[in-house]
Amino acid sequence: MSLLNLQLKVWRQNRGQSGHFQDIEAKDIPDHASFLEMMDIVNERLIAKGEEPVAFDHDCREGICGMCSMTINGVPHGPEKATTTCQLHMRKFRTGDTIWIEPFRATAFPVIKDLVVDRGAFDRIQQAGGFVTVRTGSAPDANAILIGKEVADAAMDAAACIGCGACVAACKNASAMLFVSAKAGQLNSLPQGQPEKDRRTLAMVRQMDKEGFGNCTNHYECEAACPKEISVRWITKLNRDYAVAAVKESFVGQQERAEGGE
Amino acid sequence: MALDSKIPSGPMAMKWSNHKQDSKLINPKNKRKYTVLVVGSGLAGSSAAATLSELGYQVKCFCFQDSPRRAHSIAAQGGINAAKNYQNDGDSVHRLFYDTVKGGDFRAREANVHRLAEVSVNIIDQCVAQGVPFAREYGGGLANRSFGGAQVSRTFYARGQTGQQLLLGAYSALNKEINRGGVKMYPRTEMLDVVVVDGHAKGIITRNLVTGKIEAHAGDAVLLCTGGYGNVFYLSTNAMGCNVTATWRAHKKGAYFANPCYTQIHPTCIPVSGDYQSKLTLMSESLRNDGRVWVPKKASDVGKPPAQIPEEDRDYYLERKYPSFGNLAPRDISSRAAKEACDEGRGVGPGGRGVYLDFAESIQLFGQKTIAERYGNLFDMYERITGESAYKQPMRIYPAVHYTMGGLWVDYNLMSNLPGLHVLGEANFSDHGANRLGASALMQGLADGYFVIPTTIAPYLVTQKPASVTTDHPEFKKALEEATQRTRKFLDIKGKRSVDSFHRELGLLVWDKCGMARDKAGLEEALRKIPALREEFWSSVIVPGSGEACNPELEKAGRVADFMEFAELLCQDALHREESCGGHFRTEHQYPDGEARRDDDNFCYSAAWEYTGDLSKPNLNKEPLNFEEVHLTVRSYK
Repeated sequence: MSLLNLQLKVWRQNRGQSGHFQDIEAKDIPDHASFLEMMDIVNERLIAKGEEPVAFDHDCREGICGMCSMTINGVPHGPEKATTTCQLHMRKFRTGDTIWIEPFRATAFPVIKDLVVDRGAFDRIQQAGGFVTVRTGSAPDANAILIGKEVADAAMDAAACIGCGACVAACKNASAMLFVSAKAGQLNSLPQGQPEKDRRTLAMVRQMDKEGFGNCTNHYECEAACPKEISVRWITKLNRDYAVAAVKESFVGQQERAEGGE
Repeated sequence: MALDSKIPSGPMAMKWSNHKQDSKLINPKNKRKYTVLVVGSGLAGSSAAATLSELGYQVKCFCFQDSPRRAHSIAAQGGINAAKNYQNDGDSVHRLFYDTVKGGDFRAREANVHRLAEVSVNIIDQCVAQGVPFAREYGGGLANRSFGGAQVSRTFYARGQTGQQLLLGAYSALNKEINRGGVKMYPRTEMLDVVVVDGHAKGIITRNLVTGKIEAHAGDAVLLCTGGYGNVFYLSTNAMGCNVTATWRAHKKGAYFANPCYTQIHPTCIPVSGDYQSKLTLMSESLRNDGRVWVPKKASDVGKPPAQIPEEDRDYYLERKYPSFGNLAPRDISSRAAKEACDEGRGVGPGGRGVYLDFAESIQLFGQKTIAERYGNLFDMYERITGESAYKQPMRIYPAVHYTMGGLWVDYNLMSNLPGLHVLGEANFSDHGANRLGASALMQGLADGYFVIPTTIAPYLVTQKPASVTTDHPEFKKALEEATQRTRKFLDIKGKRSVDSFHRELGLLVWDKCGMARDKAGLEEALRKIPALREEFWSSVIVPGSGEACNPELEKAGRVADFMEFAELLCQDALHREESCGGHFRTEHQYPDGEARRDDDNFCYSAAWEYTGDLSKPNLNKEPLNFEEVHLTVRSYK
């Protein structure tokens, strides 16, 4: 194990105020430490000096909860492919490196403090339609719904999304299309999700627009940044599902629309 | 106080049906007059909040994470058990019930376990209907795999992320109800206290983790779905935020804490690599199907590269000690065997706390491609964390704290002895006894939330006039003031030591004296040291920043302060239980071959501890365990 000396440029910001980069020296960082453990060490030293530590979101530290959210040297979750910040380790850096650490930036993700942002917009999109309406206790036997392995596997690919928001932070338009398409796509491709497919698609897309996310211009930075390697083909599917739903809606008229958007 | 477990009468297989039949109902018009406060949004919390809302109750749900979808249920890898018998391999509700009672080393309440096995089949139906993408066969039916402690294939799974998929299912049900207006969700909100009015839990005090605002919420019942206390050990497989605060605060308001010494240590985790380490990562139990566990025979060989240690100098100790189960010996037994090898100075890697899990033979036998297909994602994760390739050299693994079977005492209705306070999922104590089997935690969380509490909450609520207490009540004002004062106190100490440094020290002490193996002298030493450390914490901790904004150090301070108190009860329980069972191993109580020796004559009970105002003198209440269906036997895996 060797020790690294690093120069950090860390974003500091209080809620509702403007922010700035702070220079922090990070000396003697074990290369076996994870990136967040490096931040822990830095914070312990700030506390010892009587300063306020850097606030950042994190929880499971095993790459599944989706809570950690840092843009490292301009890349959400940092340089390692298909890896969340919490699973990134310091051996990927060299002594003498300068590391820029920023929050996931997007209008729809306001900064709460330092590197902590509010991703409540993702919850509200899900609340608008990201579910199958089934009451507890009303389900048929699980094997009464047969689903081909290929369909189930594809749905699982979409369901692997951990809702971290890296796709939004990576996009120059701060579009949430990869996230929304994965969430809608999982349910829209399963038999259980068919009865309310149209109303789900319309409700989720409209909520997404309301939250202030930008439009998708097919640069696919989202897929490159996604720690779970969600494919942009889900965006294609969402566009198709949306077009069908919107056309159907225009035939059915205003009454159905009112119900779909309730 | 006498403990009434309210186990329904009748034969075991009929108890739950009879109970449902006999339970009082509340008519739909009246249901909406009741407010239920649900704390926690993991499998138990989300499923309970969604289902109670479907029934018509007004629900408020709280979580400290930024979204309910991030609760730590999400990290479960392996799967969820259900007695579906889709494999036609002889499974049944009774068999799942029996395996769970035996796996728990005969320290669980039979009636609760039977109910769990009964509703397990409904859980799978419910999850599939929600769109949970379980693994499937080519014909379109659901796939199963085997897990420890069972001879049938009854585990349903979604790749290596069953927990995430089940939680996303429960979260979608919650979202559906939030959208409908039945649930109001409070993310980034931490519970600081329970409010008790005239002996009933009638509300909670919370802190908004964005603004720092401390608030009161009144309800007709409170549900704690707040998970386990594994982080008392500092290092564990739990998420960083997992804490004992909600259950401990409730305990100090009168709820009994049962069997805290039943803690599960998982044998296959990535070892500690340095003192900066913040958490431990699990490597799935499934790896032991193809990996062989060994350490050098001679302590002088531990520094050598493993490839240079010849076959005759290796000790495949699990195969040697447990020839019939070999590398697939149960969790508690495998963990202790690894500890013994390291205690003998034969541990490998930094600090000598590690054993090899070697795939060389399997790679030779099946080829690297096959091994990569089976475990590729785990090998990748191992390499990301350690920088080593398990294709080229053996993995190093060591046991780590994973799950806690103890929790708040509840009756058959999942209500604690504090009326109105209900406890679900890992936060309660009832279903896993002294050891939990793999793939049973997800089952219990969802059983409690989807199928048990929706029925068992009504018998309590019918005794209560809805909305009879509001936050104007003096007890709320008092609790609000106390929580505010406590928060201020942390900020005012302005000492020298960080919260984490205290947490680390506490964790090391508890792990050392009350971890995989415990003895009287060690526990007594811990009980001397914990109060001293607690005193130091309250006089010299430093919490920078303000109480009126997002302040992670302040959040941690509150949680660690509660761990400091809880740790004492954990050790007291371990000291009092003069037997070995499941996850609780007292070195004084073992058979000559080193196996755990239970004492059914004296300890066949659940220990429900009562807070007396003096942390050093909790009062012990006993719930005797009566086994009607399953005969008490010695667990043997030789």
